[in-house]
Amino acid sequence: MLELFSYTFMQRAFVMGIIISVIAPTIGLFLVLRRLSIIGDTLSHVALAGAAFGILTGIYPVYTAIMFSLAGAIGIEKLRREYDQYAELSLAIVLSAGIGLASILISLGNTNGIMAYLFGSLALVSSKDILVVFVLGMFILFSVLYFYKGLFYIAFDEESAKIAGVPVKRINIYFSLLVALTIAISMRIVGVLLISSLMILPVATSLLIAKSFKQALIYSNLFGIISVMIGLVLSFYLDLAPGGTIVLTALSILLLIMLINHKRK
Amino acid sequence: MKEKIVEVDKLSFSYGENKVLDDVSFYFERGDFIGIIGPNGSAKSTLLKLMLGILKAKEGSIKLFGKDIEKFDDWKKVGYISQNVREFNTKFPATVEEIVGANLYSSMGLFKKLNDELKGRIQHALSIVDMNGHKDELVGNLSGGQKQRVFIARALVNRPEILFMDEPLIGVDIDSQNKFYNLMERLNKEYGMTLVMVSHDIGVITNKVNKILCLGNRNVCIHYPENLKEGFYKEVFGGDMNIIIHEH
Repeated sequence: MLELFSYTFMQRAFVMGIIISVIAPTIGLFLVLRRLSIIGDTLSHVALAGAAFGILTGIYPVYTAIMFSLAGAIGIEKLRREYDQYAELSLAIVLSAGIGLASILISLGNTNGIMAYLFGSLALVSSKDILVVFVLGMFILFSVLYFYKGLFYIAFDEESAKIAGVPVKRINIYFSLLVALTIAISMRIVGVLLISSLMILPVATSLLIAKSFKQALIYSNLFGIISVMIGLVLSFYLDLAPGGTIVLTALSILLLIMLINHKRK
Repeated sequence: MKEKIVEVDKLSFSYGENKVLDDVSFYFERGDFIGIIGPNGSAKSTLLKLMLGILKAKEGSIKLFGKDIEKFDDWKKVGYISQNVREFNTKFPATVEEIVGANLYSSMGLFKKLNDELKGRIQHALSIVDMNGHKDELVGNLSGGQKQRVFIARALVNRPEILFMDEPLIGVDIDSQNKFYNLMERLNKEYGMTLVMVSHDIGVITNKVNKILCLGNRNVCIHYPENLKEGFYKEVFGGDMNIIIHEH
């Protein structure tokens, strides 16, 4: 078992995995409670276009993915105001733009490396990836801690939060930025197609057993960490894409908790 | 003369082409208990949201505690129980204490931690509504009346000077309604809190409040319960809504 830690790329994958497994479900919890879980899917498709652009132009793909997903987040906010009665339409439009742009960029030139961004890859994690994920990961985590009370109140009752003095508009814009960053830094390990699953599945599991908001947050992180750890080990030994093994592990935990809950009733 | 806590002057508001308030002016004084009544669609909730700055008025002015609503920032003085509390996600994983504590946002420090003084305020607010024993329970697991009391505690935790309520008694049983009005009387008389309550149940509310703000035909009128003449209810709610005659 310990042999997998003798490989540098696995050590890197585990360090990145732990950071991502804490951040993705934390951001995911607020998305789920605000019924915005589909944003993760939308922005990850936009991030894919960003990664393809990076590969094509020779710019570090995580940077271009961050830029594209930030632009996507801003686009969603703008379109939401345009279609205020059809909020989900803004997501569908940005998702279409992302996937359309991604397919064009991928077909433009030599983008062989794109598969690693689609489903995640252990072998390609570089020390630069670790540094970027660590710095941005800490930034996201401290931002969430700082805005925790505001994010919680907005998720529960946006109108009352505003009356209580929560800077709703500012926090909402800042939160979109955090979602975009989370997606961009998670795609190296989990892959863009499965990021939103890592944001959602541990949260869905935690909601089955949490008895407070604090518990929901702790359980989401715990299930996220377990899923990523087991998923990475399975990926290494079975030679499978890590995104798939991580997400299927998260799904298995969800089903297991559901089963235990049903038996108790 | 008592302090004017809410001042509305020449206020008009439209949803698109549909004008729902036209050149409306009134004021509330400290210690008032005001009932806002009117037929469906008479902009009762809209007026409340305008007074709270949730909706922006295009014409006219609104002042809270003498300050223009656009510039008002002393939200600790204001409590609000929205209609949304009935529509909230009952599976939301939050305890009574977490929900009530959330309203202390403006009183918390930079990192928004609840210190002992703030925790004491949560306890006190819960004890006013007789919900102290439920602080660790999930809000979604409470009965309708209990949930309503939690949301009142949430509004009270900041010790507001004015409390706005939007139809707080829908879906609440008679026993809880009686408790609610007893509590409101206490808040109004003992704590001197100004209360503003939107209600469709005018039969009850006119016996409890000291002023009635009646909405209809895009306009408002202030009535005093003791001066209500016979046929008032029919004028406000019955028959042709375009013909509302107010005598002052």
